[in-house]
This record gives sequence, structure tokens and C-alpha cells, in this order.
Amino acid sequence: MKRTMTCIECPQGCRLEIEADGTRVISVSGNKCARGAAYARQETEAPLRTLSTSVLTRGLELKMLPVRTSGPIPKQKLFEAMAEVRRIVVSSPVETGAVIVPAFLGLAVDLVACRPLGKK
Amino acid sequence: MKERELVIVGGGPAGMAAALAARRAGVKDVLLLERDQHLGGVLNQCIHPGFGLHHFKQELTGPEYADRFVRLVQEDRGIEVSLRSFAVRLTGTRELSYLRPGALEEVKARAVILATGCRERTREMITIPGSRPAGVYPAGLAQKMVNMEGWIPGRQAVIVGSGDIGLIMARRLALEGVAVKAVIEIQNVSRGLVRNVVQCLEDFGIPLYFRHRVSRIHGRDRVEKVSVVQVDEELRDIPGSGFEIGCDTVLVSVGLIPENELLEMAGAEMDGRTNTPVAKEVNLTSLPGVFACGNAFKVYDLADWVTRDSELAGRTAAAYLAGAAL
Repeated sequence: MKRTMTCIECPQGCRLEIEADGTRVISVSGNKCARGAAYARQETEAPLRTLSTSVLTRGLELKMLPVRTSGPIPKQKLFEAMAEVRRIVVSSPVETGAVIVPAFLGLAVDLVACRPLGKK
Repeated sequence: MKERELVIVGGGPAGMAAALAARRAGVKDVLLLERDQHLGGVLNQCIHPGFGLHHFKQELTGPEYADRFVRLVQEDRGIEVSLRSFAVRLTGTRELSYLRPGALEEVKARAVILATGCRERTREMITIPGSRPAGVYPAGLAQKMVNMEGWIPGRQAVIVGSGDIGLIMARRLALEGVAVKAVIEIQNVSRGLVRNVVQCLEDFGIPLYFRHRVSRIHGRDRVEKVSVVQVDEELRDIPGSGFEIGCDTVLVSVGLIPENELLEMAGAEMDGRTNTPVAKEVNLTSLPGVFACGNAFKVYDLADWVTRDSELAGRTAAAYLAGAAL
């Protein structure tokens, strides 16, 4: 099975052609550097994305706290992650990097605060 | 009238970088005015990653990128930060008035740096015909609503313009459960970064129509649908190519306009087309001792470049204050 994708490792945006058997990559072409091949492999085998969103707060300076996953998570878990995020309310002051949810979705990443936020 | 060495208007990435660089270059007294209740400017609502790859060699979200500078500014005792402070008057001799809760302050600055950023271009500026229902938002306003206020602007959205803000909002709305029906781009390429086209549209199966434009917005009280038409190379409508998309929300992402009323008021020479100061070099204006940096000087596509050039503005102001001819 052949598929094409645009490499996003750098702004050149190489058009990659991947020959794959399901999620097993057989060959990659169209890439101008090694990062392109690695990207094609990762995207085919197990695409990952970092999620950034906001969670509601109570009694803090701003109505919402921006958060992100401390590392990339499987792309197909993005909506599951958003459903989980909607259940969170932060009511204690936080510093940047504070862990809001450890081992988010049972993965090896945490959900962390992206800014400090004090009491109202 | 109280005299200050350097007054900087705007506490976003440009103003903070200029303040810190001016201090490093020997300026003793900096007054940094910010109209919001926090420093950081537009970075506070840009919760997506993609910041800092050049400046910090690390990928940060907007709030994280801002926080690195906010800490340095707050630690620096030579920088007085005045929040909820809105500059309302500037003269060519650098007298500046600003409102803060309960007071109108007037200062005489030996040098001024304007780091006032941009406003969004609106639907009116690209003249989309049709009715004027609720549900049409500039994309950056919708970004603030979703990311900072917790309001979802609608259920089914069409986005006009494929600049980075439009692309990022397409993903943001999709993640929040909004059906993003289409992104409509009149040119044949996106003005946004390739990674944004891939991660914001392709990931969510959102169609991007190049060489199309929204020819009409329909709806009485609320947006009901938009008419879309294909255009040729000269951007003329192609007859018979029209179709409609049902939606209750239209986000307009059609560029930014520098916010330079203070410079204009002070009598600086302006380029009316771009609303930026006429200058022989980056960060300069036609007025001695008055500088502009960041998106107020020209519209940047990366915050990292705003930081780099605004640091230069801080150093340039320091050189001016030390007596250099500019």
C-alpha cells in the first residue's frame, strides 16, 4: 500500500511517498534528509501529537488555565484526552510546569500547567 | 511632570524583550505599561505549541514562552511594571499620558518604545456581502473566547483565510467538538506554516478550498450558511462554480493591522497602506527618541523574531539615551 504525506520536520515540507504493509514501513522516498524518513516511519507506525488546551478554574485569577501534555501522546487518543480534560477544575494556585494530572490517561506523560496562576 | 528615562508601551513579547535588553545595555529606569491585568500580550491566548524553537531551542506554548520573560521582568528592580495601564496620549516631545485604575498619570520620557502590537482585520475589511447575523468572529477573538473564557462560539464553523491563526483555530474548535466544515482560501497556497496545515487540518479531516472565496453570509439573527465560489488566477468568480455550506459560525482570519494610534498622534510619518511607521531602519520612527518594535513596527509570523528584533530596539533606545546619533 502506498501513501503520501507532507513532512513537517522543517519548513521545506517534503512530499513523502511511503510504501507500507499496514503499519509496517517498507520504503520511504521523496525525503531530502534522514529526519524525513524517521518522520514517515513514526507517522505510519504510531503517529504522536502534543495536546495543548485549557481547563476550567475556580477562584483563580483567570477563568481558564492553559495546559499541555508533557510529551506527545498517540494521535488517536486526542479526543479521549479532551473528554478527560473537560472533567477537570483547578482550584489551587499553580506554577508553570505544575502537574495537573499525573500519568494522564494512564500514559507515560503528565498534564501540566503552562503558566502560573494565583488566587483571585 | 515626572521624568522617566525609558517608557515602553505594551507588555507582550516585544515590550518585555525591549525592556530587558535596554536594562542589559545600561538603562537605569524603565516604566513598562500594560493595559491587561497580566504581562504577556497575545501569548496568553496562544496556548498551542510552536514558540521558542529559535530563541530557546525548545518548543513551548505561548503562555510558557511569555512566562520565561515575565519572570525576568519581575525580578528586575530597574523595570517598573504598571498593569491595567492604558496609554492615551503621546506627543512628539515624548510626553505621555496613561490611565490606570483611579488615576490619569502624565510622564515626560527621555525615550519611548511603542510595543503596541496589532489588531485583527475584520469581515468589513474584506467586504463579504450578505446579512449581519451573530456568529461572525475575527479568529483571534474566537481564540480568546475558547482558550481564556471557556466559551465555544458555535457548533458548525467555516473559517475564512488559511493563515496560521485560522488553521490553529480550526484544530482548536475540532478538539472542542465543533464541526469545522471548511477552510476557504482565496489564494492557491496557505499563508500558514506547513506543519499547521498538516496538524490542524489533515489530522481532523478538515477540507481546505484553495482559490475559493466566501461570496455571501446568510442568516437573519444567526449565521445559517455561507455561499462559496471558485475564483480564477485573477481572483474573478468562475460562473457556475458556486455552492453553499451550512454553518452557524464564521471565523475570519484575514490578517493583522498594526495598532499605531499613539505614533500617529505624536506626529510620526506613517505608511498609510500598512499602518506602520516610515523608517530607514528596523524599530526607528521619524521622531527622535521614539521607537517602535514587534508587530507595531511590522507584522511578524514568529514570536521568536519579535523577541530578536525587540531586543535590538531596547539596545537602540539605550544607545540613544547614551547620546548616540540615530
